[in-house]
Amino acid sequence: MIRHSPQLHQSLPGADDITRVQLNNGIVVLARSNFNSLSVTISGFLQVGGLSDPEDKLGLADFTASCLMRGTRRRNFQQIYDALESAGASLGINGGTHTTGFGGKSLAEDLDLLLTLLSEILLEPTFPSEYVERLRTQLLTGLAIRAQDTGDMASLTFDQLVYANHPYRHPEDGYPETITAISGDDLVDFHRRNYGPAGMVVVVVGAVDAPRAVERVEAYLGSWIIPEQPSSPSLPPVTPLQETVLRKTTIAGKSQSDIIMGAAGPARNSPDYFAAALGNSVLGQFGLGGRIGDAVREKAGLAYYAHSSLAGGFGPGPWSASAGVDPRNVDRAIDLIRQEIARFTTEKVLVDELSDSQANFIGRLPLSLESNEGVAGALLNLERFNLGLDFYRHYPDLVQAVTVDEVLQTAQRYLHVDRLGVAVAGP
Amino acid sequence: METSFTKTSLSNGMLVFLKEIHSAPIISSWVWYRVGSRNENPGITGISHWVEHMQFKGTPQYPASVLDKAISRDGGYWNAFTYLDWTTYFETMPAEKIDLALRLEADRMVNSEFDPQEVESERTVIISERQGNENEPLFRLGEELQATAFRVHSYHHEIIGDMVDLQSMQRDDLYRHYRSLYIPNNAVLAVAGDFETQEMLYRIRGLFEPIPAGANTENHIRPEPAQAGERRITLEGPGETTYLEFAHHAPSASEADFLPLTVLDSLLTGPSNLNMFGSGLSNKTSRLYRALVEGELAVSVHGGLQATIDPYLYSITIIVRPDRQPEEVLTAVEEEIRRLQDSPPPADELARAVKQARALFAYGSESITNQSFWMGFSEMFASYDWFTSYLDNLAKVTPEEVQRAAQTYLRPQNRVVGVYLPVGNGEVS
Repeated sequence: MIRHSPQLHQSLPGADDITRVQLNNGIVVLARSNFNSLSVTISGFLQVGGLSDPEDKLGLADFTASCLMRGTRRRNFQQIYDALESAGASLGINGGTHTTGFGGKSLAEDLDLLLTLLSEILLEPTFPSEYVERLRTQLLTGLAIRAQDTGDMASLTFDQLVYANHPYRHPEDGYPETITAISGDDLVDFHRRNYGPAGMVVVVVGAVDAPRAVERVEAYLGSWIIPEQPSSPSLPPVTPLQETVLRKTTIAGKSQSDIIMGAAGPARNSPDYFAAALGNSVLGQFGLGGRIGDAVREKAGLAYYAHSSLAGGFGPGPWSASAGVDPRNVDRAIDLIRQEIARFTTEKVLVDELSDSQANFIGRLPLSLESNEGVAGALLNLERFNLGLDFYRHYPDLVQAVTVDEVLQTAQRYLHVDRLGVAVAGP
Repeated sequence: METSFTKTSLSNGMLVFLKEIHSAPIISSWVWYRVGSRNENPGITGISHWVEHMQFKGTPQYPASVLDKAISRDGGYWNAFTYLDWTTYFETMPAEKIDLALRLEADRMVNSEFDPQEVESERTVIISERQGNENEPLFRLGEELQATAFRVHSYHHEIIGDMVDLQSMQRDDLYRHYRSLYIPNNAVLAVAGDFETQEMLYRIRGLFEPIPAGANTENHIRPEPAQAGERRITLEGPGETTYLEFAHHAPSASEADFLPLTVLDSLLTGPSNLNMFGSGLSNKTSRLYRALVEGELAVSVHGGLQATIDPYLYSITIIVRPDRQPEEVLTAVEEEIRRLQDSPPPADELARAVKQARALFAYGSESITNQSFWMGFSEMFASYDWFTSYLDNLAKVTPEEVQRAAQTYLRPQNRVVGVYLPVGNGEVS
């Protein structure tokens, strides 16, 4: 009854309104204009991450990334942030497992500021020792806070159980002893050996002409050449658990326990991904946490939050259920979640349940593209997972194509109720 | 940013704001009620937040399971928030689906069931939510600071409520709170997005105007007397990390001093992001970051000034470095405050704060959801005019006004200082 502009399909990014250019040094630039906004967002990643950390220096990639904005050959720390904050702009860079991601935002007239700073921190960081030590104290304090966070500790424990012989068992931010073991020279060396333009992606979205955005990225980063940049380390397969393993971390003085249970799931590029994502929606996402939310929160009243999630990144990230409960209710909550996983892996989901989630996936897509950040994230995923520029235009068909049989078969490939990693952290 | 909007009142007293934005096929609808933890007395603390939870438990027309699925199936997202002064419910939907959200909100303004079994089930959910909060040192410290800062005013308790009240409140308490405060003349509806105003208004009238106005219950809010001396609290808990928090009594959003204090906050701890969604800016060139983090006394520092009906708090939260004592940090903070009290800040520092606020406003205006949010939110503590004239008024703030705000509000006599001291070496096994 309320009229609306009939441009849903046209508002989704596609090959006709995304500019994609590969620079001579390998950097891929994606740009899309949005003159409804006054700002510009940049986003991207480099092919370097925690997978390159030595065992005794875990957290090195993340520490290195955090140091980049502490000083460059042209500006010291205060000058970098003075330039940004005076313009009401922001820029950040963080080490992940597979890649190091960056993101920034400014008013449209300050795009050059973002790009010049990005170029300086990537190409000319100086790792000033005063700032390295200050940052080390901040990182160690962050790890001390992590050790007291029931959600973080459950997650850390879960990764150790499910990825026992796999690099995913390590946290990206390392451990106190490994952060302490990293020297200033290690940081300089890590940057020199691993940073480079090959495999790098830069996305620009906002109030700027797309060809001009590409031209500016090229101006600042096009001459970056690193002839001996290593390729990303390959990932070994995950050894699945042979039985359910439960591990509890006790943290004195806490009021609530956090539970994470599940297994390794499909990578984003796996043919199983769509069926797993839609199945996961039924299991623990749709509405207020799908079947798990319904059983644990709505019916049993055990938890403020109870849901499942599917990581679906470069590799076999977790497919897991989580809940935060009164410590006295931990066993009951685990049991309820186990029952839902058992049902999910033995019976087909209902056609209505699947179609609800399919409608949700399709309907929410334009909403996730409301802001420049949303669009930038969407474009980055196109490149990260090699989905093709028209992916979002085909997305409804891909979602609709999944059947209840595929959901069951996929669930059975990844989740086994008697072979789960179960991590609990609480008092 | 689109600036034209329509403001009107329905015959039952409900205020309606409409703003057409045609940049994307999306509509965001927000219903606001003037009820929050400010409206609660001891014995029923947390009741507004609990009522908000019960609003998702269904009506005869939209039972709980139907309600939730209906919105999600259409790809919408929805949520609700309870705060000191208000409770709000929003849905952002594909434009052609918004009617569902409007029907649902009109329905649950009067017809929520508050089934006794559902009330009991939600009791444990909310207790679990509180337990999750209690796991966080900063929640526990904040709760103590609030209770210490407000001896008389109902801002003295956390929005989630005291555990003892969560254990004892009954279904009839909740239902009474709902029926007396969820009335159209205590509500604001704000809708922004891809619609045509007259058509939308016609539909809103059809859905909401039949709801009769209720008796406006007189809120007996007890003003907080001026604080006559510094108050200090120490809280002990698990962990290895020391937290320090300053809470200064601050002006309400509609008072003239609010904007000078906003600029002062920006200078001291970096610009606060008033948008509901989206990230803010870093604060590494702020005065306290330089003094405390660059000075190797603290790991981080953040400030927070809230826009509220009655005078609330301006807080500064600090994570102390493990090799430093809270007293050393306190001395350094006092020195920075004294600098601002002794001499007006340079004009270019103010200009920078205004530019940062402009940028944050520009970022916020990109989201239809955020634009809709602002129409109702600003009405909860002042008016939408407050929002539309915010940047112009911020730009008029003078260095002398900032200095006076520092002299008035950042006096030790006007603050509570709280320290969270870790004990037990944070046993983890």
